[in-house]
Formats: sequence, C-alpha cells, structure tokens
Amino acid sequence: MGNKQTVFTHEQLEAYQDCTFFTRKEIMRLFYRYQDLAPQLVPLDYTSYPHVKVPYELIGSMPELKDNPFRQRIAQVFSEDGDGHMTLDNFLDMFSVMSEMAPRDLKAYYAFKIYDFNNDDYICVWDLEQTVTQLTRGELSAEEVSLVCEKVLDEADGDHDGRLSLEDFQNMILRAPDFLSTFHIRI
Amino acid sequence: MSQSLAFVLNVPETPQDPEDSQEPSPYDESEVHDSFHQLIQEQSRWVAEEGLELQQRVPGAGALGASGSDRQALLGPEGAPVYSTATLRILASMPSRTIGRSRGAILSQYYSRTVRLRRRAGRPQLRDVGRSARPSLRLYDLELDPAVLEEDEKRGLLVKELQGLTVAQRDHMLRGMPLSLSEKRCLREESRPPRGKRRARGHRGLLSCCSQLRDSCILASHNLGLALLSGLQALMPWHYALKRIGGQFGSSVLSYFLFLKTLLAFNTLLLLPLLAFIVGVQAAFPPAPSGSVPAFRGLELLTGGGRFTHTVMYYGYYSNATLNQPCASPRDGGQCTPEAGGLPYNMPLAYLFTVGVAFFITCITLVYSMSRSFGESYRVGSTSGVHAITVFCSWDYKVTQKWATRLQHDNIRTQLKELLAEGQLRHRPPRACGRLWQAAVLGLVWLLCLGTTLVCALAVYSFSELVLQSRVSAERDGALLALPLVVCLLNLGAPYLFRVLAALERHDSPVLEVYVAICRNLILKMVILGILCYHWLGRRVGTLKDQCWEDFVGQELYRLMVMDFIFTLLDTLLGELVWRLISEKRSQRKGKPEFDIAGNVLELIYGQTLTWLGVLFSPLLPAMQIIKLLFVFYVKKTSLMANCQAPRRPWKASHMSTVFISLLCFPSFLGAAIFLCYAIWQVKPSSICGPFRTLDTMYEAGKVWVRHLEEAGPRVSWLPWIHRYLVESAFPIYLASALLLAVIYLNIQVVKGQRKVICLLKEQLSNEGEDKIFLINKLQRIYERKERSRVGRTEEAVTPPAVFTDDWDAQ
Repeated sequence: MGNKQTVFTHEQLEAYQDCTFFTRKEIMRLFYRYQDLAPQLVPLDYTSYPHVKVPYELIGSMPELKDNPFRQRIAQVFSEDGDGHMTLDNFLDMFSVMSEMAPRDLKAYYAFKIYDFNNDDYICVWDLEQTVTQLTRGELSAEEVSLVCEKVLDEADGDHDGRLSLEDFQNMILRAPDFLSTFHIRI
Repeated sequence: MSQSLAFVLNVPETPQDPEDSQEPSPYDESEVHDSFHQLIQEQSRWVAEEGLELQQRVPGAGALGASGSDRQALLGPEGAPVYSTATLRILASMPSRTIGRSRGAILSQYYSRTVRLRRRAGRPQLRDVGRSARPSLRLYDLELDPAVLEEDEKRGLLVKELQGLTVAQRDHMLRGMPLSLSEKRCLREESRPPRGKRRARGHRGLLSCCSQLRDSCILASHNLGLALLSGLQALMPWHYALKRIGGQFGSSVLSYFLFLKTLLAFNTLLLLPLLAFIVGVQAAFPPAPSGSVPAFRGLELLTGGGRFTHTVMYYGYYSNATLNQPCASPRDGGQCTPEAGGLPYNMPLAYLFTVGVAFFITCITLVYSMSRSFGESYRVGSTSGVHAITVFCSWDYKVTQKWATRLQHDNIRTQLKELLAEGQLRHRPPRACGRLWQAAVLGLVWLLCLGTTLVCALAVYSFSELVLQSRVSAERDGALLALPLVVCLLNLGAPYLFRVLAALERHDSPVLEVYVAICRNLILKMVILGILCYHWLGRRVGTLKDQCWEDFVGQELYRLMVMDFIFTLLDTLLGELVWRLISEKRSQRKGKPEFDIAGNVLELIYGQTLTWLGVLFSPLLPAMQIIKLLFVFYVKKTSLMANCQAPRRPWKASHMSTVFISLLCFPSFLGAAIFLCYAIWQVKPSSICGPFRTLDTMYEAGKVWVRHLEEAGPRVSWLPWIHRYLVESAFPIYLASALLLAVIYLNIQVVKGQRKVICLLKEQLSNEGEDKIFLINKLQRIYERKERSRVGRTEEAVTPPAVFTDDWDAQ
C-alpha cells in the first residue's frame, strides 16, 4: 500500500481496521485529529500502546461536537471510566459508531446509553425531562416538558412500567427511518 | 451501586437445540413456581443471616411510573420506592437490569448470536417464544446448569465460537458488538487461529493444504475488498463539501446534493458501455467523409448542429456495415478495408444491443436502489409514535455551526409545540362547513393548476406545429432555438404560478404541501415532454423524409439540455441572489430565501429524463449530462452558501430520498423506456444515415442476425429457438405478469401477517410487564411478613428474661 507511517505497527492498523468501520487512511486521519487536540500529551508513536487520555474539555471543543447539546453525555458514554476523558481507542470507537456504516442496532444501543442520564439502564421520566430540556435549550415551560414526556412514555413504553428499557427504545427506533441519518457525525 | 448476585434458576429442561427443545408449557407451571419459591426462600434466609444493607439509589432512578391509575403502582404515598433491601437486591440482579452494566450479558447475547449464525438459523421461530407465563430469559441464553458461568467462561465460549466463523463473518460480528474497542481487539487477538499451533500439526495432508490455501485466498480477497473500498472512497468527490453543507443546513438540503451524486453515478454507468462498444469502435474506424464539413462557428455549442452533425455525437455518423470485415464480397455502398487480421464487428447489432443492455442495467440498478430505499424508510406500523421520534431522532448530529444548531433548537421547539397543540385540537372535532369550504378551495386550486398545465401543453403543441410549417432549415440555426426557449420559459414560469395558487389553500401538514407541489410540477413537465415526443416521432419523421431525422431529434434534445442548463443558472441567480438582495433591503429580520429542495430535485429529474430520451439518437448525451451535473453542483453549492437558509419546516430526509428515487424510476425512466421501445419497434429509420438505414425498423437488425444464425447451421439453433418462442411470442409476457402479481400478493399477505404478529407481541409485552409488577408486589409482601415475624420473635426473645426475674423476685 505504500504507507510509510510510523505511528502504528502493521498489526495494530489491521486490528483497528477489523474492529471499526474505518479504512487505514481514515484511521490515520482520525489519529492526527486526536493528536491535534493535545499535541503535547499525545505521542506520535503508538507502537508501545501508551495509555494517554485527552481530557474532556479538549474533546468537547472539537468543531464536530462543540455545539451539540449532548456532547458531555457522548464523551461520558464512550470514555473508559465514564468521566469524559478519552483514550485513542475510545475516540476511534466513538467516531466508528457515529459513522454512517454502523448498523442500526449498534447505534440504537449507544443512543440509549447517551439518553440515559443517570446510568440506570432505563430511560425514566427524569432522563426524558433532561433530554427535552437540552433539546429545546430550556425554552419550553415545565408543564409542556412534562406533557411531552408523558406522551413519549405513552407511545414507546411497551410493558407499561413507566420507563423505557432498551427493547422499548430499539422498538421505537425501528419505526424511525430517519434515525440512521440523524445519528451520524461526519469526520 | 449494587453487586450482581449469582442465583440459580431451576428450569427443568435446558434448551440446547432450538428445533427440538420442549419448552415448559403452562401445564408445568408448578415446576416454574417451585423454582421461584425456592429462590425466595433462599434469599430470605440469606438476608436474615447476613443483614445486608443497600446504598440509597439516586432519587428518581428505579422508581416506577408515578402516573397512570391503570398501572399497578408500587409506590408509597410520596412516590418514593418502598422496597425492602432484599427485594432491591433481587431486582438489581434481574437480567433486564444488567444489560448495559454487565459485559457478561453482552457476551452471552453475542455468543448465542454467533451460535445461530453458525447453525444458519435465521430469526428465532415464533413457536420458540413461548407463552406468557414464562420468565423472559429467552434471549440471554444463560447456561442453565447448576454452575452459573462466570464472565470469563462466557467470554471463552464466545472466543471459541468466533474462531469457527470465517474472517469476514468474524469481522462483521466484531464491528457490530457494543463493546469497547480495546475489548474487541482482545477478542480478535484471541480468536485468530494461532500460527504456532498450525505449524506444529503432525500430518500435512491434502486437507490442511486446502484449508491453508482457502484461508489465504479469503485473506487476500478481504484485503482486496478493503483496498477497493478505500479506492472507491478516494474517487468519490466532495467529501468535505458535503460535510460543510450538512453541517450548516442539515440532512434535508444534503439529500438534494446526495441525489445529484446518485445521478452522476447513473450517468457514468450508462456512458461506459456506450463509450466502449459504440463510440470508441466507430471512432477507431471512421466512415468516409460524405460531402463538405462546415466550419466551426460558436453557435454549435448551443444548437448542436453544424460542425457537430457529422461526428460520433449523433446517430447519423454510425455505419451500417460490419466493421473490420475481411473483403469476401464487396457490399454496395460500403467500404472494404484491406485488413484481414481483425475481428469483424457488426455495427448495427452492436448499436442496438449496447443501448438495450445499458438501459437494462440502468433499470435493474434503479429498481434495486428504490427497493433498498423503501426498505429503509417504510416500516410496518411506522405511523405512530411521533412524539418519541421527535424527541429522540430529530436532533441532527451532523450540524456543526452555531447558528445552524440554534436553528435546530428552534425547529424542534416549534415542532414539539405544534405536536402538543395538535393533540389538544384533536379533541375538538372541526366544523362541517369549515371542512366543506376547505375541500372546495382545494378542488378549485387543483382545477386551476390542471388548467394551467393544459394551456401550457396547447401552447407547446401549437408552437411546434408553427415551427414545422415554417420549414426551418439548417442554415437559420438561431431560429431552431425557439422551441426549446418556449418550453424552458413555461417550465420556469408555471411552477411560480403554482406556488402563488398554493398560497390560497391551507393543508394540515406541511409535508403534504410539498408532496402536492411536487405532484403538480411533475404533471406539467411530463405532459410537455409527452407532447414533444409526439411532435418528434409522429410529425417530424414525416416532414424530414429525405433527411436524417434521428440526427435532428438528437440535436433537439441537445438544445433542450443546453437551454435547461442556462435557465437553471438564471433561476439560481434570480431566485436566490436577487431575492436575497431584495429581502435584505426590505427587512433585516426576514432573512434569506429558503432553499427550494422540491423544485431543484424536479429540475434534476427532468434533465435526466432528457438524457434517457436522447441516448438512442446521441450516444454522447450522458457525457454532456455529466458535465452539466458537475457545473450545477458547484453553482448550487456556492449559491446555497451565499444566499440561502435551511428550510424551516420539518423534513423527513429518508422519506424524501425514497420519493426522489421512485419519481426517477416511475414517470421518468418508464417514460423514456416506452419512448425508446416505440422508436425501436415502430418507427422507420431514415434511409440515408445511421446504422439501420436499409431496414424497416431498428429491431429488424436483430431479426436479420437471427436469420443468419439459422442459416449458419444446427449448432447454434438454440438461439433462434429462444428468439422465436420467448421474444416474439406473447406468452412469456403473460407468464411474467402473472408471476409479478403473485409475488405482490404474497408480499401483501406477509405484511398483513406481520402486523398481526406485532399486535400480539405488544399485548404479550404488556402482560409480562403486569406479571412482573405482580410478582414484585408479592415478593415485597413476603419480605414484609418475614420482617414482621422476625421482629416479633426478637421481641419475644427479649421479654422472657424479664419474666424470669419477676418470677425470681416473686419467689
């Protein structure tokens, strides 16, 4: 192929290629984007698997994420310890899931985790209220927000326990053909 | 946070094989209940012995729904959870709770998926799902023997299964797993066949050689596939341009540019066989020049005539003889090339077949992309759930600019408000006379629009008759542009009139407005094109008896394309730039004009229809269309960035792309195919030019060849047989239609069946939910009773010493 890069070994690049939806060139391009975020922190040689984490503030300032109301949740879901600080693996994973080649099930799983603000594996009323508030930047009144949440639960809650489980969420996502095109970040 | 508790569930039979497993039926209910009973006993004993405490969970988390009087609520008066710690412990270890947390559950799930993949069983069959009195552990495939597997063992099982898959399947599985990247890399490492073991294998028989060869072939093809993919991605242009457009304007405007890219692909697909088999060959063997060649004047670029007439661009240039044939017998009127070593190439046959095959490939590709688009955007039961979809699926993650995100926030807020208002409105039925008035206005507007279409059609018809009668010759080239000019003016002006008329009517949903506008514009364009086709094939052929009418039709289509391009540029300039300047001067707040997605897409479809109509008469027309599309992309992009803003109404981008592709297939491609079939089967080709000049119809070239084959001998007699019984007779058409109808009917029945199944499953789901709540309530009551009896016992244990001392004192 003629790529004379010294960042990864050949096996590492192959492993990344097999485990994400990216080709070699895209992985290198993503690595340089990652490295640009914190040039002093991220070494240019990953052959020895250095354990380097870029802090959340820098990830959240990327142009693709900085205006997204859910950027903190996205970083928390994909980071190792749930605190938003991401290693290169987490970074690649995030953009691989958000790329257009990821299948619907995988995206639905991560979308569920992103909208589950309190990490209890259910999207309860509180999570829904947080989501709607973030979506509308707090411009809906409290009763409108609770009306919307009630309607959402009516529509999507299959087993009537007052909150959305992963299956309910996936069921609802299947009915929304737009999901694949909106849950997509181009990098 | 809670720990995951290992518990044993004693279900009598282990479902190893999905085909012949006997699931416990409701008749074995007592066994199922027994196992729960044992579980509850065990837990209560444990809790009593250890007296465990549980941390207070985050408020709101784990609380069941507070509203809904018909739901069995488990809450106390304030709405806070009132479970005992033991209940909470059991709840926390339910399989449905451990989905995201425990990797063990994910690993088990993917283990079962790989097992199913290996055994080639598709979706789990419905009869295995079982009835509703069952614990729903089905999908997790937890090993149901006494020793519950730990996470490492599950992981080992998964690795073993992955090793049994092919490389491509393994990669596909790995990519789709919701585990972190480092986990996936470890799994991949572990599931690769270890090289050392392979070499140390004792016998090196034929089998191991074959499997090694097969593995290396698979790896090589895998690498080749990846190389092709990255090469294809490098060829696909405009990655950053599309990213900027999506970032600033969202997915709906992006769908227009993606459609443009799709059209480019279709045109390239059409052009390649034409270039290879017709244009290239004829350019290599040019016919003798007939008559003088006119000099190049600038007007040719507009009219397509003049210098361009006797070139590979038009039908008339192509020879009707077999090229490169050794001179066995000199044909009258044809040249005899002295080369004896080449391959003879029958030009008429090649022309006919190449055009036919190119159209066939385009048809298959169109139908395939349309069906794939339909599959993605229309689902059974997809009409409900609009609130949930708005909340979860309407934020476009592609949008990156600050003002664009602000616009999105505003859009979503407006949408939610409208949905809430609509919900309240539905409770009040609309008045009857209001509806009547609305229907009357709708009918009137439609009548006016259809009337406008009729007037435009009549105008085009009478103008074409006028042009015919004034007998314009090739010298006065400028006058030839009159008809295309009129057509383009009507195509430009009538949609504005439609928009003005549409302001009178009010629709319930803005998406319906867009569909109605598309419909009206489409009817107009198709009617005008129909009249033009009649004018060419019906009237022009008669008047141009001694000239090359095919060349003329090809040039007409070229002129139409060029005019269309010029008017697109004008429309962009006037519609967007001038509008923006005017609206900015008038009021700052009104802002820039919206990008008219529907109108622009219809323009693209119209241009593509012209290309398809003209391919038979001008094989290089797809190349012109490609150049035109490239220009249009850059012009539209520049104008969009400078002058426009994103549309305010909600657009379902995926539905829209499906609609675009189906509009491309049905009126556009179908009409062009009908035109082509009519031209090939019914019209007499001109006798002085082109590859079919000595024949009665173009199709006869094929018939002549078949007759040649019949005479050639018995070895190729199957081909004339196929021709006689499959192509010439009508029976295969009836058979094909019958099969098509049968397939459509079956699909409709399947969809009906799926709807029924979805209803049943929903019912079952809500039953299971009620079961769960019932069981949790019962569990809670059992623990409360135990707690009370334990407290009672401890009190008893405390009081006896007092009685004893009393007795002692008494004595």
